[in-house]
Amino acid sequence: MGLSLIHKLTDGHSRGLLPRAHLDDKGSYSAVKNLPELVNDAFSLVIVISLVLLVLVTFFTVFFAVKYRRKKNPVPHEVKEPLILEITWTVIPTILVLIMFWAGWVNFVPLRRIPENAMPVKVNARMWSWQFEYENGRTSPTLNVPLGRPVKLLLHSSDVIHSFYIPEFRIKEDVVPGMENFLWINADREGEFDIFCAEYCGRGHSGMISKVVVMSSGAFHEWYEKKEEKHAAAGELSGPALMEKHGCLDCHSIDGSALVGPTFKGLFGRSQIVVTGGREMSMIADEAYIRKSILHPSDEVVKGYPDIMPSFEEDMNEEEISAVIGYLKGLK
Amino acid sequence: MNSGQPAEAPQSFYYNTGKYRGVLSWVLSTDHKRIGILYLLSVGAFFLTGVTLGLLMRLELIAPGKTVVNASTYDSLFTLHGIIMIFFFIIPGIPASLGNFFLPLMIGARDVAFPRLNLLSWWFYIVAGFLALATVVMPGGPPDVGWTFYPPYSIRTTTSVSLAAFAAFVVGFSSILTGLNFITTIHRLRAPGMGWLRMPLFPWALYATSWVQVLATPVLAITVLLLILERSFGVGFFDPVKGGDPLMFQHLFWIYSHPAVYIMILPAMGIISEVIPVFSRKAVFGYKAIVISTMAIGVVGYLVWGHHMFTTGMSEEAQLVFSLITFIVAVPSGIKVFNWVSTMYRGSIVMAPPMLFSLAFIFLFSIGGLTGLVNASVAANVHIHDTYFIVAHFHYVMFGGTGFAFFAGLHYWFPKMFGRIYNVRAALIACVVMFIGFNLLYFPLFILGWNGMPRRYYDYLPLYQPLNVLSTIGSWVLAAGILVVVINLVRGAFRGDPAGSNPWDGTTLEWQVPTPPPAENFDVIPEITHGPYHREGKAQ
Ligand code: HEM
Repeated sequence: MGLSLIHKLTDGHSRGLLPRAHLDDKGSYSAVKNLPELVNDAFSLVIVISLVLLVLVTFFTVFFAVKYRRKKNPVPHEVKEPLILEITWTVIPTILVLIMFWAGWVNFVPLRRIPENAMPVKVNARMWSWQFEYENGRTSPTLNVPLGRPVKLLLHSSDVIHSFYIPEFRIKEDVVPGMENFLWINADREGEFDIFCAEYCGRGHSGMISKVVVMSSGAFHEWYEKKEEKHAAAGELSGPALMEKHGCLDCHSIDGSALVGPTFKGLFGRSQIVVTGGREMSMIADEAYIRKSILHPSDEVVKGYPDIMPSFEEDMNEEEISAVIGYLKGLK
Repeated sequence: MNSGQPAEAPQSFYYNTGKYRGVLSWVLSTDHKRIGILYLLSVGAFFLTGVTLGLLMRLELIAPGKTVVNASTYDSLFTLHGIIMIFFFIIPGIPASLGNFFLPLMIGARDVAFPRLNLLSWWFYIVAGFLALATVVMPGGPPDVGWTFYPPYSIRTTTSVSLAAFAAFVVGFSSILTGLNFITTIHRLRAPGMGWLRMPLFPWALYATSWVQVLATPVLAITVLLLILERSFGVGFFDPVKGGDPLMFQHLFWIYSHPAVYIMILPAMGIISEVIPVFSRKAVFGYKAIVISTMAIGVVGYLVWGHHMFTTGMSEEAQLVFSLITFIVAVPSGIKVFNWVSTMYRGSIVMAPPMLFSLAFIFLFSIGGLTGLVNASVAANVHIHDTYFIVAHFHYVMFGGTGFAFFAGLHYWFPKMFGRIYNVRAALIACVVMFIGFNLLYFPLFILGWNGMPRRYYDYLPLYQPLNVLSTIGSWVLAAGILVVVINLVRGAFRGDPAGSNPWDGTTLEWQVPTPPPAENFDVIPEITHGPYHREGKAQ
């Protein structure tokens, strides 16, 4: 009971006590200041106060240690403990921390207030790649955004917890499976900036990297309206290229070495023990088996390997799957 | 208690082997001093193991891409390093080794309240330690989840997560038993006349710590048990696929693990509060303020766990409250620092090794604590959370703080424990080398974190390399310092010059008994008539 109460109180979805304004573009906080500046300011304030305190403490420590060293000061003097001193160094730090707290809070709130006209982009995270999905259905491995337009990022994970992090924009939020977290950004200059995963998610964690590409409004629209290469060229992409594109090779090798998943080398026609519904059974890897493993990976998991592969039902079309199977057949 | 204790010529506890001989006289002893030394050796061994893993990681990180180990090995390295350092070094470190040895001596008792329970807790500790190390040879390989065990990843991976979690479960009981034992000892066994406000500050710190150990650790035990159940039987507590909630795990985990941070730091503060007055020949400044701060940290420390979860999508109300309380909890720590520094004012200061380690503590702990304020500021947290800034911050607190205090305490009480003294010059040099190495190793990590390098990163973009190289060089300097400390202390224990019973001119009770202390500590339990740092009476 107690736990569920704690959980209610701290759960992002039980909105209650604080008003949650949705500001429009003109009144948006971003008009006042850009978002990374807010983070920088909160940080700088703490750093400046901390430096002053650190310098004071260090100065007195060293000064006393030298001035009252036993050679020069063989007899110690007991000193009075003025209450006023204890009160001062309790009250002043308390005021200081309250100031820092408040600065941290007011600078944080705008990061959570999405302007109404923000362009929504769905972020799909999985081990270990990012995919960005736009309103018109276009998908992209990089986050392409137009300059100066607020973008709202809806964070989804298909496996474990990740964390979407753009250091340049001073922003991050965890991507929790089963939950939709959000972020918003408002790029104020063109360029490419790194996207990292900041929550440890397994072997490929440090390779789960992408980029935000900030384009001029015109360039963005041209890109946005363009047909996806995927449909145009599905037939031409084959074998390794497709598997590279969908990230299969992050976990499976084609040279026989075992990575997170079993190797593809010699897979076709191989007999292997799989775990299905908690029971072990032997299976021959034929076309149907491979197709099922791509579409419903959790149904049959090769023994000894973790059940972590996401389904590619929505990512791969029939032609692509056939192309991959065709390639695997020949991979002896 | 043995009533046949001879009143004259009490023998050192090293000669009083009890019922057993040889190794058994140690591993089956119920003498708190022997158990303290057992713990000291085991904790020390785990520390050196953890350091070795840390050095390996730093070596790997000297360049992007693969240098010495592959990604999976790196993931296991930081997991084992974290588990060993947290559960087997820093949490039990000071209370179970130095605390066990000196708590009864400092409050005028012959032993702890439950000597056999004390021994049992060491056994739990050792068994858990072997379980944790056994993961290395288990099918599936060592765990690769970080010391925080976050699901769903920790549920999906096939490495020996359950065994590691079980080791944390078992070592938790060791911690709970020690806590219970100390609380009872402090309540029941203080020497006549030692009112609460005549108790030295190290026992006070142990008292606050023990309550946290007893009240918080069961939450960890339950949490890892749920994780094991989920892994073994597929019960859906935390995996969203089964209707579980991964954030529930994080709440439960930090409800223990944040208070645990205070289990780590309070005893360290206790040591500093003993050392600085002795080497300044003064009473500690603001005894009561330190006592109140200690208890305040113990209590408020329960209410700040959410600051580990600011970016998980928790509600804004929670973010507001957790940020506020986290800022508030910094104040009592600050007060302590001011009191320690003021203790030196007009003192007569000797820069002996324990004092030098303590001053290093003040500097490093201040940096650790102040950068904690950065983490507490929600706006700043959004950027530096889960980056190397955090890695730097917690090493400054845990290693620069607790680790250095542990070394201060060890150098301070060493003569009493072993009856001999180490080479003082070598100890001073080692301390300086450690201090320099420490800052070289960890300071660059703050900058790396601010520049955006996430933690638990096997590989990194080339732009992060220069600072990583600097940090790795620092790790070698630090290791050299630690090596000198170890050699100096081991040599000192066997071949050092004999130490008198009170080489530092300490005022607390442990310095009033012979060195090394007799098996029953006190011939006659002393009557306490004044506060612990009182000097006037002994001026003659
Ligand atoms: C020479 C000494 C040490 C070195 C070289 C060292 C180095 C490191 C490195 C490289 C990491 C991994 C950072 C990452 O990949 O995110 C790490 C993590 C960690 N270290 Fe240390 N460390 C040392 C001592 C300590 C000590 C004394 C403690 C505790 C008292 C400690 C506690 C931790 C913890 C808790 C982690 C986090 C593990 C995790 O992410 O799960 N370390 N250390």
